[in-house]
Amino acid sequence: MFSIPKKDAITFLLFALVVLTMPIWLSPFGASYPGLLQKFAIYALLAVGYNILFGLTGYLSFGHAAFLGVGSYAAVWSFKLLSMNPILALACAMIFSGIFALAIGYVSLRRSGIYFSILTLAFAQMSYKLAYSVLSPITHGENGLQLTLQDPRTIDLMFMERGVSLPTSSLFGIPMNGYEGFYFCAVILLIGFFIAQKIASSPFGMMLKGIKSNEDRMNYTGFNTKPYMLTAFVISGMYAGIAGGLLAVTDPLAGAERMQWTASGELVLMTILGGVGTLVGPVIGAWIIKYFENIFSAWNESILHNFFAFLPDNIEGFVVLISSKFVGEGWHLTLGSMFVLVVVFLPGGIMEGVRRISSWFLRRKDPTKDQEVVDPENMPKPSSEKGE
Amino acid sequence: MSDQKKDISRRKVIKTGAAGLFTAGVAPMVFTKGAWAQEFRNDPKGGDVVLGFNVPQTGPYSDEGADELRAYTLAVKHLNGEGDGGMLNTMQPSNLKGNGILGQKVTYVTGDTQTKSDAARDSARRMIERDGALIITGGSSSGVAVAVQALCQEMGTIFMAGLTHSNDTTGKDKKRYGFRHFFNAYMSGAALAPVLEDEYGNDRRAYHLTADYNWGWTQQESIQNATEALGWETEKNVLTPVGAGDFSQYITPILNSGADVVVLNHYGKDMVNSLTQAIQFGLRDRQANGKNIEIIVPLFSRLMAQGAGENIKGILGTSNWNWSLQNAGSAAFVKSFGAEYGFPPSQAAHTCYVQTLLYADACERAGTLYPPEVIKALEGHKFDGMGNGPTEYRAEDHQCFKDVLVVRGNQNPTSQFDLLEVVQEVPRSQVEYDASIFGGELGPYEV
Repeated sequence: MFSIPKKDAITFLLFALVVLTMPIWLSPFGASYPGLLQKFAIYALLAVGYNILFGLTGYLSFGHAAFLGVGSYAAVWSFKLLSMNPILALACAMIFSGIFALAIGYVSLRRSGIYFSILTLAFAQMSYKLAYSVLSPITHGENGLQLTLQDPRTIDLMFMERGVSLPTSSLFGIPMNGYEGFYFCAVILLIGFFIAQKIASSPFGMMLKGIKSNEDRMNYTGFNTKPYMLTAFVISGMYAGIAGGLLAVTDPLAGAERMQWTASGELVLMTILGGVGTLVGPVIGAWIIKYFENIFSAWNESILHNFFAFLPDNIEGFVVLISSKFVGEGWHLTLGSMFVLVVVFLPGGIMEGVRRISSWFLRRKDPTKDQEVVDPENMPKPSSEKGE
Repeated sequence: MSDQKKDISRRKVIKTGAAGLFTAGVAPMVFTKGAWAQEFRNDPKGGDVVLGFNVPQTGPYSDEGADELRAYTLAVKHLNGEGDGGMLNTMQPSNLKGNGILGQKVTYVTGDTQTKSDAARDSARRMIERDGALIITGGSSSGVAVAVQALCQEMGTIFMAGLTHSNDTTGKDKKRYGFRHFFNAYMSGAALAPVLEDEYGNDRRAYHLTADYNWGWTQQESIQNATEALGWETEKNVLTPVGAGDFSQYITPILNSGADVVVLNHYGKDMVNSLTQAIQFGLRDRQANGKNIEIIVPLFSRLMAQGAGENIKGILGTSNWNWSLQNAGSAAFVKSFGAEYGFPPSQAAHTCYVQTLLYADACERAGTLYPPEVIKALEGHKFDGMGNGPTEYRAEDHQCFKDVLVVRGNQNPTSQFDLLEVVQEVPRSQVEYDASIFGGELGPYEV
């Protein structure tokens, strides 16, 4: 059950090493603080899960933020009603987002291609609007769902007295809001990554890839593709739900804006930026986008002045004037131009860039190894666009 | 595993940076993460006192956010003894000497709330966890204020709210670590009602358009209660999404509703859009029940007036502060703000500036930066000379009590900034209420 091909095992170990040492290697990037590290792990998990759907089957869902939101709400309600235990909260998040994904997937998967995308988008926007309006007794609308001192917390209060301050989520006494919270998220991410690897290399995964390359042909050969699609959709939705649950575990607040279509769009960007269909690509995409959103957006002119202090005064002023448009509130501009460049020159995302560079090195060493880079699983497939 | 070594030399950082992806620009960020909290989080231990300014730089309230940031940088200058000192000279009582806070230099870090709870909490966490911010302050939305305030309570970091007008901030969601200088919706209603009675009489039918979040709800409720006490009827309340942009679908039904007063519970760019569209639809040229249809904007600011231009003329509302006030504190602030930026400050800038000074002063009085002691110094503190006359930070709910301005869009503005005329300064006694009416609990001093 735990055996995976050797190549995958190496990938997994490297990935684990990179993730677990994040607090060290991110510190020169100014990103080594619990709040952002947790986000890195959580959004990586989200991207890994999204890739099971988009990467393996080629079905582009524009509604995954809805599952993220459902997971968050379920987790916060589990904190409020039952216990501050994160495992219980994640279980709730997984169950509810799974049910939700089953319902949305059942309807949306009746169509494929652009119609599927539009359906998921419609459902997600519907959930978002519902969370704001009629469901506000459950979601607390724009205010966001928060913990209060008067929450029932039935399981916790059987064992302990109600405290004077708001409780925080903790696993056997380990608080979930600092570095410990990051390691908790990281472990969940690694489990998720491992499962995704297993899925990709399983017969079920082969089936999904078959659907991506040509769904009609799969149907003609006698496979009913719908149950496979639905399973992939629900698994992917559960990943998103767990990611949403983790967001609530590390910071117990759930807001409806997590469900907005921009959040789904961001997820698509992450995947495309990193490399569709690869396991690591979407994770890298997620990290880049979160890094931009949290660090790049906080740069202001005084930081730029410091940075360009070595230039002569008048040149410095000019350089700062130009570059200040691209940092701080202009971070979207930088991200957007980067995205355009990646899509134009590296259609396979950053992972394709990595592959090109490594194949260039390999070719120089040993021409026969050249064949290895043409890995059908990892190459961007023109057929995936035409397939629908 | 937690606190990585921080003594990275500039050279080394640049070298590492050049190697990595997108690192080139990170070098200038020299992080001084406060040492581990033996006593309290982010104790500067004699180093610089870092303030975290969390303001909307994008989204529907970005104009307010930009002005808040201007005020904050000005306040930091004045605290460090640069510039002309501004309100440091008029504040009474004042323990500020212009040598920073407790003799330590004041610096700041900034973040973008995007007027989204999640984003605001993210940037607040970055400033607290990475940049070592001792307090978080700012914001231009009550949804964000409530969310960030809850985070700050958890973290044991004082939150000096910026512009937030919902009753919830110091009502149902009040926190021990949260403080608000700005007035609230209840006070707007109480101050506005007598003026409305004088101007529009006792027999009116009101139609509310309300921003759909806690500020909109509490303001709508407060205005409805205050006007119904006058004998007005409330025709309908329609909730509109924040940042809607187009309000025409909400405005057309008003024309045939039989209402003769329209209350726009909107703020920022939303208010500019809804008001402009209401005027374009000819609401104010029409009559209903034999009376001219009137528009009320309960929470007004000069920035919004600037955005709405001509349309604001003659419209009634309330305001926390206006730059045209003639007291010493206001004059000093307007003078130094004008000298720095070339135009007068908005009420958002004013409240943020005052909050920064009040925090610094409380630290001086407490003689320490230890948050529980600073909180005790702020609770029940009475002061004057900050532009609003005698003011008190009420200990029970951390809400400031002071006079409230009823303002009207100026019919004959003398300059592009002279957009609001003060109709009445409603005394504090008229807008005061019992702290228990909104419920909520402050929580503990020590977290």
